[in-house]
Amino acid sequence: MSRASSPRKPDGVVSLSALHSGEHGEVVDLAGGRGMLSRMTALGFTPGADVTVVQNYGRGPLIARVRDARIALGRGEADRVYVRRTSA
Amino acid sequence: MTVQHAEPVPVEETPAASTENKILQVALAGQPNVGKSTLFNLLTGLNQHVGNWPGKTVERKEGNFVLRGRTYRLIDLPGTYSLTANSEEELITREFIIRERPDVVVALVDAAILERSLYLVAELIPLPAPVIVALNMMDVAEQEGVHIEPQVLEAALGVPVVPMTATRNEGVKELIGAVEDVADGRYDYDPSIPHIRQDHRDVLEQVESIIEGCVPAPYPQDWIALKLLEGDQKVSEMMAGCLPAERQSALDIVLREHDDALVAVASGRYDWIGRMIRAALTRPTTGPISLTGKLDRWATHPLWGLAIMAGILGLVFWLTYAVGAPLQDLLDTYVVGGLAQLARLTLGAAPPWVTDLVADGMIGGVGAMLTFLPILVIFFAVMGILEDVGYLARAAYVMDRFMHLMGLHGKSFLPLFLGFGCNVPAVLGARVIESKRARLLTILLAPLMPCTARMTVIAFLAPAFFGSAAALVSWGMILLALTVLALSGVLINRTVFRGERAAFIMELPIYHLPNWRTIGMRVWQRSLSFIRKAGTLILAVSVVVWVLSTLPAGEIQSSYLARIGRFLEPIGQLMGFDWRLTVALLTSFIAKENSIATLGVLFGTGASRGLAEQLAATFSAATALAFLTVQMLFVPCVATVAVIRQETDSWAWTLFDLLFLLVVSLGVGVAVYWVVRLLGG
Repeated sequence: MSRASSPRKPDGVVSLSALHSGEHGEVVDLAGGRGMLSRMTALGFTPGADVTVVQNYGRGPLIARVRDARIALGRGEADRVYVRRTSA
Repeated sequence: MTVQHAEPVPVEETPAASTENKILQVALAGQPNVGKSTLFNLLTGLNQHVGNWPGKTVERKEGNFVLRGRTYRLIDLPGTYSLTANSEEELITREFIIRERPDVVVALVDAAILERSLYLVAELIPLPAPVIVALNMMDVAEQEGVHIEPQVLEAALGVPVVPMTATRNEGVKELIGAVEDVADGRYDYDPSIPHIRQDHRDVLEQVESIIEGCVPAPYPQDWIALKLLEGDQKVSEMMAGCLPAERQSALDIVLREHDDALVAVASGRYDWIGRMIRAALTRPTTGPISLTGKLDRWATHPLWGLAIMAGILGLVFWLTYAVGAPLQDLLDTYVVGGLAQLARLTLGAAPPWVTDLVADGMIGGVGAMLTFLPILVIFFAVMGILEDVGYLARAAYVMDRFMHLMGLHGKSFLPLFLGFGCNVPAVLGARVIESKRARLLTILLAPLMPCTARMTVIAFLAPAFFGSAAALVSWGMILLALTVLALSGVLINRTVFRGERAAFIMELPIYHLPNWRTIGMRVWQRSLSFIRKAGTLILAVSVVVWVLSTLPAGEIQSSYLARIGRFLEPIGQLMGFDWRLTVALLTSFIAKENSIATLGVLFGTGASRGLAEQLAATFSAATALAFLTVQMLFVPCVATVAVIRQETDSWAWTLFDLLFLLVVSLGVGVAVYWVVRLLGG
């Protein structure tokens, strides 16, 4: 299986798991195997999508809101979604 | 390897001629949690057939209904988020539409999550069957402050859009009207087609020119090109078998250069959705937090979430014991006992062995199955309610961090935990887990949950052997079983599944009130399917074991079963067992509590206090503890085996599990025996 190489993070870009509860971001890039990318994009995580972290206690899975849906993500999965913090 | 199909591809029919009396084939597609079952049940009622998709473990439902003199066949396609071949569900959905070409595909979308729900529609529209968008859950959308104008959406999409609320039977007639219009060609069907993101258009064209003329019917060439770019495994395999070598290598080069195309394809779909909904959708201005948000503050909290779940589980247990257990007893005494008596009366003239075979062997087997029903019904109802309301996903979220360590999924927790009541529903309950691997592992581990029947045996034997320490021993046994379960999970995950981690990505649906009709149908269908499928195997094995325990002389002491027990004595002796304990374990295959009855017969005491005392006098503490251990971890009862076979759809996995449990139970049994002996027990 081909694996997209981990993208270099430009300034201001962090993992989704770095956002605290209530913080917003815009998806910049995704890393992971094809199966995983396919599921994540189908669920709405595509570059340009707005994401709000609903719950993140700093460890274990977290909840994000993307395209009006609430998605629970393992921390490992959230680590591979790169976002740029936004204010709204 | 090519994609395989059980049914032939229908020949293209000439339209118009036979439309009026032809049965209209309508496929129902949609993402999970959009209310597909509710709509399906509403339209077909009890007139539905439930089975599996050929060669798959995915449920297939279809049903007929007649409206205004026309017959419709409704096929419920599995719920999927997309149509890339990541799972059986996705493959089934797209293969059905491409190969069977239903007259109409009804794409059910959740109006409250319009943007995300339309992703599947973006995948359905390019397929060769007309699509109608059913905007379900309009009531929930309004409640969440989402406002949609269906006509505006319809104008953008170029396909019919029907607003509806299936739970209140609103908009269903209009939906069927739209199906009729499209099928009869009265609707000007002119769908807007999503395109790949601008920066990848050239690549798509390149791929199309490479595969030009090589795409096997009935697959659309542009669709195949798109799926190749998405890196779809099934399509890649299929094309590898069709393309000449030089074209294949040209294709490989293009695809390798653009292995990021998947994201571009998905982005293209979301861009298209954005254009479609721009004018039709008004989102809520930041108002009060929705009900779902409020409830989730508690339900998904790392601490309160666990407390809430514990409360719900407590309630389920209370229900199982307060309602299920007495019902089981009633069924056993009156229905099973009554049937056996009736059989003896009516077969009075027959030879005694015939009477015994029917009364003990067959009715006993049927009884073993019937008595499962109350617990099963309760379990299915509870799981159905929790799933329908939307809570199940929250419980999975709260438990994921623990289950994860064993290679399991958060959703594995509830079925496994409820296996404390009975292993059968635990296995059947594993259906809620989408990840195939995690589902399989859950099924394989379920028999290690200490079920009530096993606990009954422990509760009977432990006091005799250990007196006041009985409670401690019982708890120890439960703890041991759970430890073995966890270690087995880690072990099987590391070895058989090579440590592949189950990704945890799961939608948390919006909470809504349960739909009793949907839940009722599910309980009814699952119970019926248990009786039908598992019933045959349970009955057959019951009769075989009865025959083995009766022939040749009509008593168990000299039966074939006893001979098998004596033959296996050397293994038992590793734990200080004599052949009687081994035979007791063998008969527990029918039902776990049978081992007490068997010991009663073999020691000539019946299942009384006397038995316990005699056992205590015969065997050492080490042997007793080893017997309890093996009993706890042994091969599950035949009903559980039957459902493992049914749910894995594989004898290989079923036998693997039996062998695994056999080895583990004996291994741990021997270990316990020697540890206790070395400690001077």
